[in-house]
Amino acid sequence: MLRLFSLIFSLAVAGSIFAAGSPAGAVSLPDSTDISSSLPELQVFAAPPPFREVIPSQHLNGEQLEKLNSHNVADAIRYFSGAQIKDYGGVGGVKTVDIRSMGTNHLGVFYDGIQLGNAQNGQIDLGKFSLDNIEEISLYNGQKSEIFQPAKDFGSAGTIYLRTRRPVFKEGKRLNLNLTFRTGSFGLLNPSCRLEYKLSKNVRATLNSEFTYANGKYRFRYRKVFPNGSLAWDTTATRRNGDIHAFRIEAGLFGIIPMGDWHAKVYYYDSAKGIPGAIVNNVWKNSQRQWDRNFFAQGSLRKTISSRYELMVNAKYARDYMKYLNPDTTLMYINNRFYQDESYLSLANKVEILEGWEANISADWQWNHLSSPMVNFSYPTRHTLLTALATSWRRSAFKAQASILGSFIFDRSLINDGYSILGHRSSRWARFTPAVFLSWRPLEYEDFNLRAFYKRIFRMPTFNDLYYTDIGNADLKPEYATQYDFGAQWTHGFASTVWHSIQLSADVYHNRISDKIIAVPKGTGQYRWMMMNIGKVRIFGLDANARADLSLPYGIDLSASLSYTWQSARDFSDPEDSLDEAGTYKGQIAYIPRHSGSFTAGATWRRLALNYSFIYVGERWDNSSNIPVNYVQPWYTSDLSASYSLPLGKTNLKATLEVNNLLNQQYEVIRNYPMPGRNYKLIFQFDI
Amino acid sequence: MNKSLFYLLSLTLLLASCRSDDIVYPAEVNPVTPPQASEVVGFYLLNEGNMGSNKCTLDYFDYSDGIYTRNVYGEANPDVPKELGDVGNDLKIYGSRLYAVINCSNKVEVMNVANTRRIGQIDIPNCRYIAFHGAYAYVTSYAGPVKIDPDYTQLGYVAKVDTATLEVVDKVIVGYQPDGLAVSNGRIYVANSGGYRVPNYENTLSVIDIDSFREIEKVEIDINLSRVTADNQGRIWVASRGDYFSKSSKLFCYDPQQKKVVATLDTPVSSFWLDDDRLYIVATSWSYETMSTKTSTCIVNTATLSIEKEGFITDGTDAKIKVPYTVAVSPDTKDIYVSDARTYVNPGYLYCFSSDGILKWQVRTGDIPSSIAFVR
Repeated sequence: MLRLFSLIFSLAVAGSIFAAGSPAGAVSLPDSTDISSSLPELQVFAAPPPFREVIPSQHLNGEQLEKLNSHNVADAIRYFSGAQIKDYGGVGGVKTVDIRSMGTNHLGVFYDGIQLGNAQNGQIDLGKFSLDNIEEISLYNGQKSEIFQPAKDFGSAGTIYLRTRRPVFKEGKRLNLNLTFRTGSFGLLNPSCRLEYKLSKNVRATLNSEFTYANGKYRFRYRKVFPNGSLAWDTTATRRNGDIHAFRIEAGLFGIIPMGDWHAKVYYYDSAKGIPGAIVNNVWKNSQRQWDRNFFAQGSLRKTISSRYELMVNAKYARDYMKYLNPDTTLMYINNRFYQDESYLSLANKVEILEGWEANISADWQWNHLSSPMVNFSYPTRHTLLTALATSWRRSAFKAQASILGSFIFDRSLINDGYSILGHRSSRWARFTPAVFLSWRPLEYEDFNLRAFYKRIFRMPTFNDLYYTDIGNADLKPEYATQYDFGAQWTHGFASTVWHSIQLSADVYHNRISDKIIAVPKGTGQYRWMMMNIGKVRIFGLDANARADLSLPYGIDLSASLSYTWQSARDFSDPEDSLDEAGTYKGQIAYIPRHSGSFTAGATWRRLALNYSFIYVGERWDNSSNIPVNYVQPWYTSDLSASYSLPLGKTNLKATLEVNNLLNQQYEVIRNYPMPGRNYKLIFQFDI
Repeated sequence: MNKSLFYLLSLTLLLASCRSDDIVYPAEVNPVTPPQASEVVGFYLLNEGNMGSNKCTLDYFDYSDGIYTRNVYGEANPDVPKELGDVGNDLKIYGSRLYAVINCSNKVEVMNVANTRRIGQIDIPNCRYIAFHGAYAYVTSYAGPVKIDPDYTQLGYVAKVDTATLEVVDKVIVGYQPDGLAVSNGRIYVANSGGYRVPNYENTLSVIDIDSFREIEKVEIDINLSRVTADNQGRIWVASRGDYFSKSSKLFCYDPQQKKVVATLDTPVSSFWLDDDRLYIVATSWSYETMSTKTSTCIVNTATLSIEKEGFITDGTDAKIKVPYTVAVSPDTKDIYVSDARTYVNPGYLYCFSSDGILKWQVRTGDIPSSIAFVR
């Protein structure tokens, strides 16, 4: 198996070396000035190249994102169907995303085309990513069904792409400057600045920086009543230790070259925050704190070598630091620090075999290392070699794509017996996983598509799963997700002056998670766990989306969208656990609602914009034992915003007022983590 | 057309399931066995609840009607915000009062045994186990003195609580992370675990003189001590958890007269219960060879210092019990109760066996059934 891989890998590398080495003259490329002058600049920089996707994504872009009263990426993703957020509340609270009930670790998050990694626990806290510099968020089920991509893009069960703002310059401008200031509830002070500069005809630079401070305080209320409705108790308290100081800076270069483009960026994020913790009887405040420092530098180059061959190179280096402190000496004093390193290199080669038939071969290499001054630490290192073979075929109304991903993982870590180092442990995994995507447009004059996909993929056990002192289990196998999806989409544009367009889409799906990695109790004493491959989850779901755009008299533009998700995600892990109604067998898994959805509506009139958004998450249980004590109430919030733009000469000032959780609902996403009630935000944006 | 569809769908969503008021958890009544004549009136069972879940609950079994009632605290004390608390670690009855040690809620909840009504609470951070002597309760705590020192490792203490005022009147520093404690002949014996110091576990038993309330001695026994009890001969039985790797969980008998360990039994211990001269033991141990847990039960005779019976469950029910977590023996009928904590995050089970190890009944409990106290 490994030999096969090295063959494929060398083929991929050889292909690109050959390509790079081929003299430009041989394929008679026009020279650079011709290229750039022949392409309208705005098009190159403003719009991404048209995706040749078999199945389109759900996406939110610039203007839509602004309307959603979202502070961070996680808040915005709540509007996608099929996505569930685990939100521990507050400005600095952890927010992770789960797509179609497969678990956070099955979701890949890509930032400007390259995956954000966390080899330690596999979870990306999307609450950390502010929307300040994000131009588009796209969610793909399965994978981005475009073949020309790195092998990594084939490697998750669902993928979110975050794309930062590309600089666009109006005729005759060389410099764009945006200054934004946000303030409001939770003591929020959030200035940010974005500078875009046209270095030359072909190279543009951008610099974006943001500082966030919030004391994180908010009132929350718990109350209980008797079955007859009379009050049992009612308590209001202030959420504490949810403060955050965060600083982010990123700089990017975007360039075009003959028959291609490139971009490069550096990113740095530094935060210090309190961990507000669970609210339990007699404990209304916690004192744990966390520090994060994330740095990465990445670059990407894409070039059309000939009319039949395109090449893409991606590279990244990342270093992450995390410190967790429990300073409360009445509890266990903890001061843990973790350092992660990641290097990544990818080559993708696309070849057009015949008209309408393309193939791609990509090869990626990634190296991860985790270290910590903790006692008994195992200092794991992982090399991941990925190679993907993909082909796409299109013929009039049909589009099809098939890919196979070969994953080869090599780990090395120290073995401890609790006192001393006994030696090294090496582990390797080799797996091949396929995916097939189909789409058919049966009617020639209607934009109506039927689509289907099948994908089998796994997620590797994380370093914590495998090697964490005491709970880690080095014998873990990968956790598999198998997905089947069938759906339809219809977009219709109207000739009417009122109705512009409507778009409807729906998907039904079935997912199976096998060898799910879960913690099981072990041995004498409390809270002693071991990670094991014993979980099984079967998911049936329905995602539906609708969107309409209208123009009303007096120049009022209206748009509305609705998304709905139904999910039955049941726990099939332990058939013996079905003695009574408290059994977990066939119970709905933790925190997955049967029904959830969102509704947004926006109206613009001249310089004024009004937006309303509503999110609904139905009843859930905090455990697959679906009994009353594990029941978690549904929650639904309404957010409202109004903004006004004021052009001042060549500059523009925009002010926005947001009211979130308008009806002041006191709710929890995760049990014992109260969420904020009604809160406000004021935003000023100044563009030069 | 489209707009009305939106409204229709939104409305359907809203009507499908709305929020309602949170209701005080109702007690759940389960008849499990025919009424039984017994001098013992019943027993309380404390469910730990997983950390952060605030799901510590109290159950009650009544011999007179054979009814097992889950979740009696909420109904008896509907006005207590956030109920009983987070992680119930120990439960004892002393006089007419029920004391529940709620570890992560940093308190000992004091209730009336007759009706489970709350009387008050004793605030002790990171409290673990409780024992009584005279007018005082003694509670172990992991919470050491607060010092600003990054290398400081926390010694625990034993708090002396006036049961009349529910105030902590004195403290004595013992070893690292003290767990179980037992009172015998004017002394308190405290098992120090050192669980926060992995892999440098503590290995001593602290001996406190009750009158002077000072630690008079630290006796080396074995690493990671967990539970202690004093037998009828005044000997101290103490269990070690081992280090979960090469050193296994064991049982030791310390004789304060001879000042030495007089017996070491190579049997793992998760929990034990002393009834006359018989120490009932349940255990779950992890094997790295099979990557699975192994459960065991046995009875140790404290007079002969030897294992009297391996496996006191005789009808094969033990195969169903995944994580035997606690054991108790009715002082009257000698029925044996064994709880199963199963996955720690789901409800557990309680099994009742006759004295010869035959299953009489079983019932679902709360999450992690951890301690039992009989009501006379």
